[in-house]
Amino acid sequence: MAAGFRILKRQEQPAWRSCLIVLAAVSLSLLLGLLLLAIQGTPPLTGFKVLLQGAFGSRWALEDCLIKAIPIFLCSLGVAIAFRLRIWNIGAEGQFALGAVGATWIALSFPGLPKFFLLPLMVLMACLAGGFWGMIPALLRQRAGTNEIIVTLMMNYIAILFLDFLVYGAWRDVSGFPMTAPFPPGAVIGTMGSSSVHWGLTHCLVLGLLVWIFFRFTRWGFEIKASGDSVRAARYAGIPYDRLVVLVMVLSGALAGWSGFLEASASLNRLQPSIMAGYGFTAIVVAWLARLNPLNIAISSFLLAGLRVGVEHLQLDLRVPAAFGSILEGLILMTVLAGGFFMRYRIVPRSRS
Amino acid sequence: MRIGMIFMALFCLAGISTIHAAEKELMVGFVYVSPVGDAGWSHAHDQGRLALEEMPGVKTAFVEAVAEGPDAERVIQTMARRGYDIIFATSFGYMDPMLKVAGQFPNTVFMHCSGFKTADNMGNYFGRIYQARYLSGMVAGAMTTSNVIGYVAAYPIPEVIRGINAFTLGAQAVNPDVTVRVVWTKTWYDPAMEKEAAKSLLDAGADIIAQHQDSPGPQEAAQQQGVYSIGYNTDMSRFAPNAHLTAPIWNWAPYYQQVVEQVRNGTWTASSDWPGMAEGIVDLAPFGPMVPQEVQDRVLAVKEQIIRGEEKIFVGPINNQQGAEKVADGVVLPDEELLSMNWFVQGVVGTTE
Repeated sequence: MAAGFRILKRQEQPAWRSCLIVLAAVSLSLLLGLLLLAIQGTPPLTGFKVLLQGAFGSRWALEDCLIKAIPIFLCSLGVAIAFRLRIWNIGAEGQFALGAVGATWIALSFPGLPKFFLLPLMVLMACLAGGFWGMIPALLRQRAGTNEIIVTLMMNYIAILFLDFLVYGAWRDVSGFPMTAPFPPGAVIGTMGSSSVHWGLTHCLVLGLLVWIFFRFTRWGFEIKASGDSVRAARYAGIPYDRLVVLVMVLSGALAGWSGFLEASASLNRLQPSIMAGYGFTAIVVAWLARLNPLNIAISSFLLAGLRVGVEHLQLDLRVPAAFGSILEGLILMTVLAGGFFMRYRIVPRSRS
Repeated sequence: MRIGMIFMALFCLAGISTIHAAEKELMVGFVYVSPVGDAGWSHAHDQGRLALEEMPGVKTAFVEAVAEGPDAERVIQTMARRGYDIIFATSFGYMDPMLKVAGQFPNTVFMHCSGFKTADNMGNYFGRIYQARYLSGMVAGAMTTSNVIGYVAAYPIPEVIRGINAFTLGAQAVNPDVTVRVVWTKTWYDPAMEKEAAKSLLDAGADIIAQHQDSPGPQEAAQQQGVYSIGYNTDMSRFAPNAHLTAPIWNWAPYYQQVVEQVRNGTWTASSDWPGMAEGIVDLAPFGPMVPQEVQDRVLAVKEQIIRGEEKIFVGPINNQQGAEKVADGVVLPDEELLSMNWFVQGVVGTTE
């Protein structure tokens, strides 16, 4: 006789409901964030206004957000490809590092080359290096049956330490500080027109479109999606699953590597340890928030970048600690992932018997 | 008569405008590399900022935990756009981003800590903390019984190497048999890793732990092991009351107040400042109760010599690690060589790579 609830699987998952649930989840996390501000003694509505204005309230702010979103977007696009096949690539951070190393190697080795030759060469090397770093865990998984989550995670540290090793050793600048010499002008991606946004933004648009086309119109893309839904069915249908694993890991690594190239060339104009800002890990969060869809990834990267930029204004105007930004990010991820439950299931009152 | 009236009016106008100028609030921004609550480097700078808040007509703001590189450039740019009059950036990696922004905002005063580049509106500053390190080395040299002192150090860059050398020279001044073992953590702030590094030094036979780190992690390791320690940045005795002998500490308040006064008077010009103990920028934390009176007296006597300019610390003969003479007898190492120091003195065990 006890009243209660039952969890039922939903038969269909219309897009409007998914949208509504995500919006509700984000609103809930923002509400919790406002509550935190209030507890901390900051007027919450003023705080919210400062956050929004700082992130999106002016042309500069929007440009800042775009610049910050670029590396997050590319890394996230990469890991999303692997996630489609249910291959858990946690190694975007390391693939990003190797991409930056590869691009820097070209920039430092051939400083005299003209820009139209040098930049493509740097991109190529960054993708090769990142892709190579992604290929190793894929091959290990195939040949030795290792778990790609562990291997990609651990290989991050190898890659970051390798970057440190170069910057502290062979590539150290004459100043004695751990950074390479500045790149020659030919190795630097410039900004677009009068804005402060660099041309990497166009790379993002093109690559995002290519990934979308890949999944929508190519056989490989279809096979990856099909295998991701059910490995056994895919094997049964004769889809070469093992080869797809290598393919997604190489593509994934190459995109992260490209992102590393952009950060080194456009943002820092050199290689230094602080290039490792954790974009490879942020990418995982963004990919999940966006449910692995390229357009959604673009939107989530931009909003997340906005959150990080906006929190700086909160610090300046209202003395909110920097940790507030990380807390808000965590809250958003938690509520949106929890919201995923309501997309697949519904809760109904238990009928009286 | 009319001319008199005009003069009167002019005087009044002039009077009003000077009053107005005096009333204009000076906005001072700080960019920190770590959270301010860490009892370390950023905390010490923030104490200086709080001293500015006490000055009439000065308002301050800060952004903490700003990554070196593109994030730093954005934060500095944001402050400049918002019309901050003076911006202090307190980490080495902020140098190039700040230089870039300084070019865009000629009317803003930019101050960079621990670098070497200047512009018309950008100065750099640092403190001669090596003077206090020498004194703390004397304390450690007098208190060790195993004659092995452990030194947990952040990065192999001139600032840190200079500190280790000064510390070692101080220890050797009271105890010629002493050796200083160095472990690099490659991080400024990572409490757990710093603590582990300290433990590894204790395992290697060290009975005193010194540090060039921003967390009290090494202090806690020493306290748990029941040995002594030398802190850094601020008085860290509350984290390890039984271990903490003393610490080289920063006192930025007088310097920051001086810069703000100069900017307000219009007497500020871009320069490279390297004040030390005589100016009160660096000091030694109060001795712990376990330091015998005669050791205290001896150290304080040398402190007086440093303040009077009689003790220069890096005075020949000084040998390098291999025992070859690096500074000839009676020669005082010039500042340029101190600022680019990349070799260890005899008695240091470790590498500068």
